[in-house]
Formats: sequence, C-alpha cells, structure tokens
Amino acid sequence: MKTVVLMGNPNVGKSGVFSRLTGTRVIISNYPGTTVDVSRGVTRLLESDVEVIDAPGTYSLSPTCPVEEVAAGILEDADLVINVVDSTNLERNLYLTLEILERGIPVAVALNLWDEAGHQGITIDVEALERLLGVPVVPTVGLAGQGIRELVERLDEARPSETIRPMSEEERWATVGRITGEVQTIAHRHHTLRDRIAEASIKPASGLIIAFGVMAVTFLAVVAIGEGLAEYILEPLFDLYTPFAMQLSEFLGPGILHDILIGHLIDGEIDYEQAMGLLTTGLFVPFAMILPYIVAFYLMLSILEDTGYLPRLATLVDTFFHRLGMHGHGIISVFLGLGCNVPGALATRVLETKKQRFIAATLMSISVPCMAQIAMVFGVLGPFGMHYIVMVFATLMAVYIVVGLILSRVIPGECPEIFLEIPPYRMPNARVTASKTWMRVRGFVGEAIPYLFLGILLVNLLYTAGFLGWLARVFAPLMEVWLGLPAEATAALLVGFLRKDLAVGMLVPLGMTPVQLVIAVTMLSIYFPCVATFVVLLKELGARGMAAAVGVMVTTALIVGGLLRMVLIGF
Amino acid sequence: MEKTLLDLRPGMCGTVTRFAGAPGFMQKLRTIGIREGKTLTVVARHPLSGPVVVGIGGREVTLGRGMAQRIMVDVTS
Ligand SMILES: Nc1nc2c(ncn2[C@@H]2O[C@H](COP(=O)(O)OP(=O)(O)OP(=O)(O)O)[C@@H](O)[C@H]2O)c(=O)[nH]1
Ligand SMILES: [Mg+2]
Repeated sequence: MKTVVLMGNPNVGKSGVFSRLTGTRVIISNYPGTTVDVSRGVTRLLESDVEVIDAPGTYSLSPTCPVEEVAAGILEDADLVINVVDSTNLERNLYLTLEILERGIPVAVALNLWDEAGHQGITIDVEALERLLGVPVVPTVGLAGQGIRELVERLDEARPSETIRPMSEEERWATVGRITGEVQTIAHRHHTLRDRIAEASIKPASGLIIAFGVMAVTFLAVVAIGEGLAEYILEPLFDLYTPFAMQLSEFLGPGILHDILIGHLIDGEIDYEQAMGLLTTGLFVPFAMILPYIVAFYLMLSILEDTGYLPRLATLVDTFFHRLGMHGHGIISVFLGLGCNVPGALATRVLETKKQRFIAATLMSISVPCMAQIAMVFGVLGPFGMHYIVMVFATLMAVYIVVGLILSRVIPGECPEIFLEIPPYRMPNARVTASKTWMRVRGFVGEAIPYLFLGILLVNLLYTAGFLGWLARVFAPLMEVWLGLPAEATAALLVGFLRKDLAVGMLVPLGMTPVQLVIAVTMLSIYFPCVATFVVLLKELGARGMAAAVGVMVTTALIVGGLLRMVLIGF
Repeated sequence: MEKTLLDLRPGMCGTVTRFAGAPGFMQKLRTIGIREGKTLTVVARHPLSGPVVVGIGGREVTLGRGMAQRIMVDVTS
C-alpha cells in the first residue's frame, strides 16, 4: 500500500485536511504543536487504497525537538507528500516546501487557509507558483472541505519536481524570496479590533488581567455546566434507575453476587456513592459524578484551544515557567493534563531538551490531578466546605512550584528559552468543538469504565480474600503515624494506581475527618501516576527517567504528607 | 544605528542586520520568519527577564531574552 504523508509548518491545518481525506477524527486546535504523534488513516485515492499519515508540524527538516524529529523521520516512509502550506504566510512556509522538493519525492501542495488569505487581502498566482515549483498546487479550505476534491484529483500529477534542485541554505532563502515576490500580492491592511485584542492579551499588564478573567470565567463555566448536567440530566436518570436496582437487589438476596453487583445497602436503601457495587457505585461515580464535569471541562478547553488563546497564556507565564526549568509552552501540558494526564504527558514533547521534558512530565504527574479525580474531590470534600478544596489545590500548586524550583537546579541539562509562534485569533468552529469534545468524552467513557469496573471487582475480591486487611496492617505505621490516616486508606492508595477517581471514592466509607480527607486526596494525586499515565511516561522518559520520576513522586508524597499532617492535625 | 532586539522598546521597529549565534540558532530564527533584511516590531517586552514578543510579516512570535539579545537590528522608528 502506498503511503501519503501530510507535511507542513505547525498549525497550518494539516490535521484538518487529514480528517477531510480519511474521515478519521483527530484533534485539531489553534496552536502550533497540537499533533505530537503520527495518526494513520486509510482512504481510496487514485483508484487504490493508500495509507495517509498526519505528521506533526515542523519548520524545517532539521528538527529542534522530538515532535519535529517525528515529522522529519516520517518523510522516509513517504511515497507521496501533500505539503500543506499556510497561504497567509507563504514566504515562511516555502522554505520547508523547497526542502521537501529537493528530496526528489512526488509532492502536491495544498494552499490551505485560502479563505483567510482572501480576508487579509493576500492573492497568490496559483498557476505561476505551480510552474515555479514544478508540482501541482491547489488552494484549499481544510475546515470546510473546499478544494479537497481537486487536491485528490490532481495527486496523480504529483511527481518529483524538475525545477527545484538541491541547494544550499543561502540559495534556498534566495529562491523563497524570488518565488514569493513573483506570485504574491498583498493589499494594504488596516488595524482591526481583533489586532487590538491580540495585542492587549499578550502585553504584560493588560495580558495578566485578561488571563485572570479568562481563567475565572473558564472555571465558573466548568462548574456551572457540570452542575447543570449532573442535577438536571444525569441524577434524574439515576432516580429512574433506582427501582430497577432495588428489584435486582431483592431478587439476588444477600450473598457475594449481591455484594459485587449491588454492594452494601444502607438502611435498606441504595447509597450510590458508598454501596460499592458494580451496578450502583460503578455506574453512578463515572456517569453522574464525573462525566458532567468531563464534558464541561472539555467543552471549555476546546474553546480555549480553538480561539488561539493558549499560546498567549504560554507567553504570559513564560517567565514563571522558566524559573521551574521549563518554558511557557509547558502550560499546554498542564491544561491537557487537567483533562487526562495521558495527553498531558505526550504534550511535553514540544519541549526541546530532556531536562525540560522530565521536569514538565514529573510535575504534571505530581501536581495536576485529572478531571475525573478533581470531580471526585469536589464531590467528596465539597459538602464539608469550599475551603477544604482550596487547601488541596493550594498545596498541589505550592508543590508544583517548590519541586520545580528544586528540580530545575539539581537536574543537569539545558533549559532553552521559549520560541513560539502566536497564531491569529480564530472563531471556534462549532463542528470542530463538538467533534473534539465528543472524541475526548468518548475516550473517557471507553477507558475509564472498564478500569472502574475492574477496580471495583478487584476491591471486592481482595477484600474478601483478606488481602486488603493484611495490606492495611503492613502499612499501618506509615499511614497512622506519619500521615495521620486510618490504616484502611492503604487500599485506596493501591486502587489509585488503577483509577484515581475510584480511589477518592473509596475514602468516603472510612468516616474520616475533613482534614484527613484533604491529606488523603492530596497524597493520591502526588504519590504515583495511574497505570495509563505510567505507561506513557515510561515510554516518554525511558526506564531510567521513569525511575528518577518515581523517586521524586514518592519522596514528595512522604514529605508533603508528613508536613500536611503536622500543620493540619498536629503531632 | 545597530542595536540588539532587546534594546528596542515596545512599539519600536527595526530591520534585522545579522545574528550573533550558532548556525542552528540562526536557522531556527530564519525558518520562523526572522531573517536578515526583515522589518520587525516589538509588541511586548515582559518584565523580570521574561520573553519578547515581536511582530513580523503580520504574525507574532514569542522569543526568550537571550535570543532577542543575539538578534542585531537597525532601528527604523
Ligand atoms: N479559516 C480556516 N481555518 C483553518 C483552515 N484549516 C485549519 N484551520 C484552523 O487552523 C487551526 C489549525 O488546524 P490543525 O489542523 O490543527 O493544524 P495542524 O497543521 O495539524 O497543526 P499542528 O498539528 O499543531 O502542526 C485550527 O484552529 C483550524 O480550525 C482553513 O482552511 N481555514
Ligand atoms: Mg495537527
């Protein structure tokens, strides 16, 4: 099967073209470095099945970070390259185009973002460009699908360029200048309101005010949408479900099957949060307590991503992140990590050096709880008062900063500075937002539910087998003396490896005081990543890196736990 | 008069004359659009040795201070 690779600068719409070509859903966002890994899809082009590959963006074929390495490496596999070019920024994009053409591979060029070029008064003489490059050039609007059909039809004309020969860097720049001068005309453009907003949001003072506003609105919107979904849609659904569950409970009668499916009734009633049965807690926790907030969070994240705000935020926090041994681009991994730590860990690939990636990944794993866990923390601590939740997050934030300051000093290696292109502000596209939110929510349901069920099943079995009791006795000194927690909380830490949300839920029946809960949920975030994150981190950091990261996690957990205990409970 | 990009106050424009840095660094800047002969505007300069935001060809790019210091410009306005 032939391989067609989509290549181009970051954020030019490669993934958009990819999903139009293959019908495969991929994440499309308005910032450079959205795609950090290759996605593959199969489609029928030129009367045969071909594999289409969506590569990460790169400015040149000499990579400066792992993401660009992936992009440059994938070129080796290409039988044909579709070079996606940003028509609003032709000159800069042509450098990579020439580099690809010089390789002697068949190429077709997609002049994407053609609509925006029009709005900005940029016209490109497509035929002249085609002649100068010696390969087919097709204007496209990837998002709307305009031009995609023509692009596909003209792929069989793609052949190695006869006009572009290998050249030196100097010559390449000269050629870029010559071609751009010949084919592009730019009409004078006035400052628009959008330009002024763009400027205000990236300047130090006005930028910070806007950033606080944006963060506050995002937070409030997530809470409001989440609560709304839970209260008006999902909880009523469970009210309808209760009679069925009760009937099943009566039908089963007491016994192990009842314990596993329904769990323990409290005063003859089902308490969905505490019953611990597969068909009670196992459904209620993910669907009524977590899902609403996952949907709300991903909706808001999508809007932040698609407007193009995140790179501006990255610029504003750069000074701060630089002190922690990363640079502003690291904020992306924090935001994605708040949804789920797995994409958060992958997003650290946009950082240039090993040191930066180690710090970013370790800190995220320690201090950035995922949305499922956050929703449970709100559910469990909320009834005792907001200030307990604030305690948890203030602690995690302090830990992020302190551990970052320490790691940036003790870890050898370089911390290159930020170097980030700021995309134009764009209106979020409803289809992109809906499709992205749906993809991520489905990801949660598809992965979380099996693990949750497995977790609940395991807890029941291990409990019956007496293993959890034994474990609690072994760890009792650490838990009781050092952390001030009941020994039974050990089981939650064990389950936390599988699912942190479930682990938080397991703390409820232990009857702990609110401050004990604060300590326990903070520990759950810090001590170790969940298994899904662990696997990705292991791949990203390597065995040695991961061992070091685990060392940092466990040490931090022990120190922070002990400190919290001393401050909150006393000796 | 030749200055470094870092010497330009926000709002000022300059033409890039040369780079004082390793070839890898120069290539990185060039491929993102910052090249000899190009005119750029300083949009913002963040305090506490924060990054510099420059406007070039209708786009904005954020770069660290150390990088800005190694870009030589002719001040135009
Ligand atoms: N107006 C307009 N917007 C587009 C077009 N194509 C893509 N976009 C937007 O441009 C942004 C980037 O699109 P992506 O497809 O994620 O770009 P990419 O090249 O895959 O980006 P990386 O994976 O980061 O390299 C998104 O906000 C899209 O909605 C287009 O033809 N017209
Ligand atoms: Mg992409």
